[in-house]
Amino acid sequence: MSGEQMRPNMAERVGAQALAGVRYCGGMTLLLGRSARWAFRGLFVPGVRFGREALAAQIIRIGMRSLGIVVLVQVFIGVILALQMTPPLAPWGQVDKIANIIGVAGFRMLGPIITAIVLSGFAGASIAAELGTMVVSEEIEALEATALNPIRFLVVPRVLATLVVTVLLSIVADIMIALGGYLAGLALGPEVHVGYWQRMREQLDYRDFFTGLFQAGVFGLLIGLIACYEGLKVKGGAEGVGRATTMTVVYSIVAIIVAACLFTVVFYIYEV
Amino acid sequence: MSPTSEDNPSREPPVVRVIDLVKRFSGRAVLDGVNLEVLPGETMVVMGPSGCGKSTLLRHMIGSMWPDAGRVDLFGRDLGEMSEAELDQARKRFGILFQSGALFNSMTVGENVALPLREHTNLDSDTIDIIVRIKLELVGLREALDRMPAEISGGMKKRAGLARAIALDPEILFYDEPSAGLDPVTSAEIDHLIMDLSHKLGVTSVVVTHEMDSAFRIADRMAMLDCGRMLKVASRQEFEDIRDGQVGKSPASDLIRQFLRGESEGPITARRLSSGYAEDILSVGGGEPTRSESNDA
Repeated sequence: MSGEQMRPNMAERVGAQALAGVRYCGGMTLLLGRSARWAFRGLFVPGVRFGREALAAQIIRIGMRSLGIVVLVQVFIGVILALQMTPPLAPWGQVDKIANIIGVAGFRMLGPIITAIVLSGFAGASIAAELGTMVVSEEIEALEATALNPIRFLVVPRVLATLVVTVLLSIVADIMIALGGYLAGLALGPEVHVGYWQRMREQLDYRDFFTGLFQAGVFGLLIGLIACYEGLKVKGGAEGVGRATTMTVVYSIVAIIVAACLFTVVFYIYEV
Repeated sequence: MSPTSEDNPSREPPVVRVIDLVKRFSGRAVLDGVNLEVLPGETMVVMGPSGCGKSTLLRHMIGSMWPDAGRVDLFGRDLGEMSEAELDQARKRFGILFQSGALFNSMTVGENVALPLREHTNLDSDTIDIIVRIKLELVGLREALDRMPAEISGGMKKRAGLARAIALDPEILFYDEPSAGLDPVTSAEIDHLIMDLSHKLGVTSVVVTHEMDSAFRIADRMAMLDCGRMLKVASRQEFEDIRDGQVGKSPASDLIRQFLRGESEGPITARRLSSGYAEDILSVGGGEPTRSESNDA
């Protein structure tokens, strides 16, 4: 039982990490399954309450808080894109294509993904902190003891709310990125901003818009699930709550980027 | 050690029945074959040193933890064999006062009490409003109806938690350390409330505590838990006799007596000191082999 033997070797550490990863994914899948079941039962089984008021309250809470930041960040992203594209495009006389590129990049990916990252900080962290605090102060146990299922009562409205809010804010974000590009175009010259909206409309079709929103929905689902999962498994007081909020943001961003990459590959292969 | 049918003169079936309950946390048995019966209408106080498994026992009785062996019967049915829906039905028949009150911090006191009524009954909001006021009046907290949990004191939180616990007129009330962290007067008030509810509403009460004054005030019967084992289940009178030294010279009685009197010397503290202190000191700084030898001592 000496210290040397206790220390796990490299292979054991990797194994333990892999096992923890699998366990985490399993827990998330279970949470997703149970949430889906309760959402379904709430909608279709008479006598089971869906909690529309709770859902509305969460949408307002998450959405209103994040709206301003999403607008601000996305306008700046549009400005940055336009300014950075000018040097490589200018020698070829192609600066008018800035509208086309911003349209595709913004609607397909940047709008949803940056909105999701902002929301993982805003909504994800606050949901994890809220549920974590409820665990610590025995509120979750009190709910169960009152025969109120925490999944139905807390998780379902929060996961659905993050999903809905991410999709709605992505629409706002798409417009704001385009607007940011236009504002930068005003400074860059008429070849960029004259006919900007016209060129963007010609470039985009409904697929660009809807693949973006579909991804936003998945990102929102991931944020909601990770935040609730982290919050509900809090142990050990205030310190645990702090850890849960941090891990929520970290895992959400990783999950969002990985999902975005997978989607891009799939959409590329199938030419969606 | 376990209560037998002789303890039950009325012959009514117990509402809570814990049978050979075993619970392990990472290999260590926190509850090691615990038996307990709670009879209808009585107030049962479960006491024991911190970390002896009191709260764990309570959590098994309310179906928020599941035994590794043994079973818990509530209203004559095995909790472990109930479906989720049946468990929820059972949960509506008992109420719990948590250590911290466990109020939902995002709702007012009134909304907290109203929540079980809104979710589990079809009463209209006016009726619920009236019931909420009645329940708050019962615990002397009507004026706090519209206040948030963060704005009221610890004692008020417990009373509000109690009002919520009795919202659905439960048949059993569980209390987890009802007087922990309260001043003596507030603590006495809470004790009074517990007795009041027990007498007025005829509810069965199970109280987990290590506050001896409070325990002797409210108990009909008492149970002493130690190191995951049930040392004794008996009437309050018997425990008073042990405390006053009139009966019992067995090791178990000595232990109970130390606990009831709150003395710093006795079998409980002796047990703590008997681990290999010298070996522990010597093992610091690389002398690790001595640890295994210390077990023989």
